[in-house]
Amino acid sequence: MNDGLKKEQILGIIEKKNGEKEQILSILMEIQKESGKNYVDKEWARIVADELGIPLTKVYDVLTFYAMFSTEPRGKYVIEVCNSAPCHVVNGSAVVQMFEEELGIKMGETTADGLFTLQYVPCFGACDIGPAVKIGEKVYGNLTKEKVTELLNSYREVSTCQK
Amino acid sequence: MEFFRSHVLICTGTGCTSSGSRLVISGLRKELEERNLEKEIRVVETGCFGFCNLGPIMVVYPEGVFYCQVKLEDIKEIVEEHFVKGRPVKRLLYSDPNTEVKTQEFENIEFFKHQKRIALSNCGSINPEKIEEYIAKDGYFALGKVLNEMTPLDVIEEIKKSGLRGRGGGGFPTGVKWGFAYKAKADQKYIVCNADEGDPGAFMDRSVLEGDPHSVLEAMAIAGYAIGASQGYVYVRAEYPIAVERLTLAIKQARNLGLLGKNIFGKGFDFEIDIRLGAGAFVCGEETALLTSIEGKRGEPRPRPPFPANSGLWGKPTIINNVETLANVARIIRNGWEWFASMGTEKSKGTKVFALAGKINNTGLIEVPMGTTLRTIIYDIGGGIPNGKKFKAAQTGGPSGGCITAELMDTPIDYDNLIAIGSMMGSGGLIVMDEDTCMVDIARFFLEFTQEESCGKCPPCRIGTKRMLEILTRICEGKGVPEDLETLETLAKTIKSTALCGLGQTSPNPVLSTLRYFRHEYEAHIYNKKCPAGVCKALLSYEIDPEKCRGCGLCARNCPVDAISGKIKEPFVIDNDKCIKCGTCMEKCKFGAISRK
Ligand SMILES: Cc1cc2nc3c(=O)[nH]c(=O)nc-3n(C[C@H](O)[C@H](O)[C@H](O)COP(=O)(O)O)c2cc1C
Ligand code: SF4
Repeated sequence: MNDGLKKEQILGIIEKKNGEKEQILSILMEIQKESGKNYVDKEWARIVADELGIPLTKVYDVLTFYAMFSTEPRGKYVIEVCNSAPCHVVNGSAVVQMFEEELGIKMGETTADGLFTLQYVPCFGACDIGPAVKIGEKVYGNLTKEKVTELLNSYREVSTCQK
Repeated sequence: MEFFRSHVLICTGTGCTSSGSRLVISGLRKELEERNLEKEIRVVETGCFGFCNLGPIMVVYPEGVFYCQVKLEDIKEIVEEHFVKGRPVKRLLYSDPNTEVKTQEFENIEFFKHQKRIALSNCGSINPEKIEEYIAKDGYFALGKVLNEMTPLDVIEEIKKSGLRGRGGGGFPTGVKWGFAYKAKADQKYIVCNADEGDPGAFMDRSVLEGDPHSVLEAMAIAGYAIGASQGYVYVRAEYPIAVERLTLAIKQARNLGLLGKNIFGKGFDFEIDIRLGAGAFVCGEETALLTSIEGKRGEPRPRPPFPANSGLWGKPTIINNVETLANVARIIRNGWEWFASMGTEKSKGTKVFALAGKINNTGLIEVPMGTTLRTIIYDIGGGIPNGKKFKAAQTGGPSGGCITAELMDTPIDYDNLIAIGSMMGSGGLIVMDEDTCMVDIARFFLEFTQEESCGKCPPCRIGTKRMLEILTRICEGKGVPEDLETLETLAKTIKSTALCGLGQTSPNPVLSTLRYFRHEYEAHIYNKKCPAGVCKALLSYEIDPEKCRGCGLCARNCPVDAISGKIKEPFVIDNDKCIKCGTCMEKCKFGAISRK
């Protein structure tokens, strides 16, 4: 089995939601969050299917429908850049460039150290401070070049502390 | 009860948290403790004041002094000068971007002066994490009143007479909808709060949940009593972590005080609320899709009828209401329908919250009586357009809506007037665009959004929007042909009349509306191969004015594709075949010799 999550952890997550079929979204979100690589592995999806008593295809139905899920490993931190109109109007594309330069990757890619993935998402309602990005549960707005550098460094530091 | 001589309110909504309000709060607490002032001055963590681009925001009562962009470094000065010596710190007061006049009191700032805050009345004035503060503002009084004095039909009648219409976009009369579900016979009924808010440019529901979660819970319980439901769900986007956290806490607190759960107020009424998370699919905001998503499936819409009020969640009668709609309910019960109906226009009562975003000085959340004009919103409240630019249009209704042009600025904004001018209220996102915005590009952008979010269930939406997007992309790339406009219009009509759900049906609106008001911009792209706003890259060209060029060569050194050549001290030239229109040269030139056409 791959290094991410152990079977017991997944069972624990399912149990927290009382093994209810309807809670599949929350269960998969929790698994994705705990995976450390922001994705849901096929093996984990199979465990969920077995435990909830539904076919694996149904789990994949859900995984592929909702934009938040990924079935491929991503960076530890997924940098979600808004690409909806409000941020576009205030020059969101400049922000993309800043991240691309600072990280040395293109939109949609993951850094070699597995720390960051850069990806587009639709509006997450931070238009008041656009152009905005979201990393995990944190939202960062009114971005400038300095802020982007500072931001990435703070995540890099946290990550070295945890090692 | 403890007595404090001052209350300091600091916003902990998403906007201010992102600009560092948590740091300011902990810094302030520490400073107050060090000076032994923590028993005299109380720090209250509140929801959003709406003035988000000036965060972190701090308001000091009883004076009502409004500080903006407060930083950790400012704390010592605020405590020393204001709290100890009683002299507000002038430097941190709000300064009007146009007149530069500083205003001390909150109520006198233009941004707040023209507003009427009802749905947002508690946002920014109470601590959303303390149910006691909500109760102190008459919270849960309406629920008590309903259970003690009113029959379910009384409640429905009261809401009907108030004229409240759904704030989630459709504008359907709330009381009428409740009436349908009341009449439906079933052993179980449900109340669902729609907090999926995926409309680009809208964030009012987020702010209400972050700043006043109990107002939504109380309204759901009232709705439950009115239609005979004992279970409610809040379907909220997982992208709103602060809102989810506060809702979870609020539900727990309400349960502990017996305001949710069994036998509420000893009146034999049971009502429970649970949270369900949305996982990033715009179409799940559509009510039938939302219901299938709560049931744990792909959130695809289904045809209506049957309407959810008759057959909704697990086939049971279900009322789905938007967050802002619900935030008005308890206030209507408390103050009476006459009070609510006295505000607004003939067919749109009460107030509406708008989220100001885009090219406007004061981005943030505002609430105004229905019927307020765009002019008041943009110039008086929004502080106008930044950098002296000219207003071009404002988009309402997001990807389902259309634009309001400068000529229509004095139209009173309500549900019906917006539809008449080819837009719609939507959830209240208002994206302001200035002369630098290309309307073709914007239409393309919105369509790209709907195209991406289309669930794919029905062909008109799945394939039709794709065709439209291809045409728009072509026009923006300078490859448009004269027939394109007509094809766009035909496609739009077909999609509108044949798509299954609201997402598809409204997706052509941004294109139709820009075609109606800015046809000349489309034509300029197609016939003259020019983008009048200078946005569409393929249609731009950069030129060096030989008169102004000093021949320093800086541009040539910075051009990433070596498209600029020349001899030092002589005018340089750009080879437009090589140029990738990145604009670097124009940025670098110290003599303003390079222009974009
Ligand atoms: C594509 C689409 C997205 C929608 N998104 C939302 C939304 O995010 N929030 C919302 O309250 N209503 C949304 N609606 C409207 C809902 O279908 C429904 O009309 C509304 O929640 C009813 O509540 P109300 O009567 O209180 O407005 C959406 C509709 C469509 C077609
Ligand atoms: S109109 Fe679009 S989003 Fe709605 S059901 Fe059809 S394909 Fe899905």
